[in-house]
Amino acid sequence: MWIKTKAAKYAEAGQFISVYPKSAARLLPRPISICEIKAPDELRIVYRVAGKGTEEFSHYRAGDEIEILGPNGNGFFAAAGEEKEKNKKALLFGGGIGIPPMLELAKQLECEVSIIAGYRSAEDTFLMEELEEAGKLYVATDDGSLGVHGTVIDAAREYGIGADIVFACGPLPMLRAVKVYSEERSIPAYVSMEERMACGVGACLGCVCTSVHKDDHSKVNNKRICADGPVFPASEVEL
Amino acid sequence: MNTEVAIANIRFKNPVMTASGTFGSGMEYSEFVDLNRLGAVVTKGVSLEPWPGNPTPRVAETYGGMLNAIGLQNPGMDTFIERDLEFLKAYDTRVIVNVCGKTIEEYVGAVERLGETSADMLEINVSCPNVKEGAIAFGQNPEALGEITREIKKKAKQPIIMKLSPNVTDIALMAKVCEDNGADAVSLINTITGMKIDVAKRKFVLANRTGGLSGPAIKPVAVRMVYQAANAVSIPVIGMGGIAMAEDALEFIMAGATAVAVGAANFTDPYTTVKVIDGIEEYMKNNNIEDVKELTGCVR
Repeated sequence: MWIKTKAAKYAEAGQFISVYPKSAARLLPRPISICEIKAPDELRIVYRVAGKGTEEFSHYRAGDEIEILGPNGNGFFAAAGEEKEKNKKALLFGGGIGIPPMLELAKQLECEVSIIAGYRSAEDTFLMEELEEAGKLYVATDDGSLGVHGTVIDAAREYGIGADIVFACGPLPMLRAVKVYSEERSIPAYVSMEERMACGVGACLGCVCTSVHKDDHSKVNNKRICADGPVFPASEVEL
Repeated sequence: MNTEVAIANIRFKNPVMTASGTFGSGMEYSEFVDLNRLGAVVTKGVSLEPWPGNPTPRVAETYGGMLNAIGLQNPGMDTFIERDLEFLKAYDTRVIVNVCGKTIEEYVGAVERLGETSADMLEINVSCPNVKEGAIAFGQNPEALGEITREIKKKAKQPIIMKLSPNVTDIALMAKVCEDNGADAVSLINTITGMKIDVAKRKFVLANRTGGLSGPAIKPVAVRMVYQAANAVSIPVIGMGGIAMAEDALEFIMAGATAVAVGAANFTDPYTTVKVIDGIEEYMKNNNIEDVKELTGCVR
């Protein structure tokens, strides 16, 4: 879905927007990662119909007005800080509905970019053309119907893709594997986390993750995914 | 037109507050909401020491409502006083600090620390359904509620609001117990204990299994309880539970609430509080109401 919004001017790869369902029965905004940014006023989101809210979104037609809040959170470059400047070869892991934010990131990275996208099967692929234009694309599928049979990590091993910075978004087991993979190779890794959210702005403390060190804001080993993330250095969060 | 109300001789510019736990300390929402417009900011519950809260998932949406089981995660009193209370000093609004603890000693300790601060009033959370010790254990037993109210009042420098749980048989009795033991006001309702099951996974949706239900789904229960409490006591009642627009707030006021609080609706629309304030003023104008207090408890 392409959204015409002033928020595009301020958006960064890896941030998300809160999309508010129109139905009064659905109170909470849906946090959806930004897939593409066309400054000054266009944002693209790619979402999976996972429940009644996203089901509602799937019926919107071109020209409909919707309410959004954002861009929210800290993107990939905010999390990577100076590490972003140093790298020459970036490796991007995207798993399932974690793939969309990788597109804008790949487009913005000025270095050599390899992308490994993990899908369930050849039938479930999406965004492949755009990803191919933005970097060197490798594919892994759970059932082996396309690319490497297995996970995105299996694909990284099989193709022996070198990198000096890693970015990832996807299901928790994938992020865990990415953390191990990059730690073994001493590559700095940045992961985008997901959790059920309520406010989306850091107030309700619904969407926390466990942090390795005591967090400066919460004073406990918790970080807010919506406000402190969603992208964190993999070394700072327990996965 | 006068929208001012008073609770325990403290004046509020209008009767609209934020409900504890839904608005942080106002910091996160100050980007959207002019905090100077609010009658009061009621801060998220604070305890003496930092609390880590419950495992995730902590929130789930339900039809017309939501469940939460945050578990009163908070950074502890030192950080709260230095950072959050300090931040709120810049605004022309009342500050009500929500206080939680596991034992009477912890509650009293927190109340004493806050006695030295700029907080205008304290709201005592004896009704959170999501922590194992303290909180609701005090709020569901009239003797325990009376005792903790009494002990806190002995040490409190600011007026005390007891926040009541709807998970009781007789809300009027609980409100009366607070009044009899010296409370300056009561606020209600906290969330209603609920549960949601994911039928695809055959699992509880919340890691805590149960959570507190809030949002428009609970409003009729809340209005009824505010009505019963307001008719049982002569101290002010602060009404909350599912307020999403001015009409909702007016229901609570007409049922007997001196002031109201907006909770889960802040998540649906960050501007809800200001819209409710504007809507109340518009209602007053359209109905030739000079003073909002004319509406308080007008339905009997």
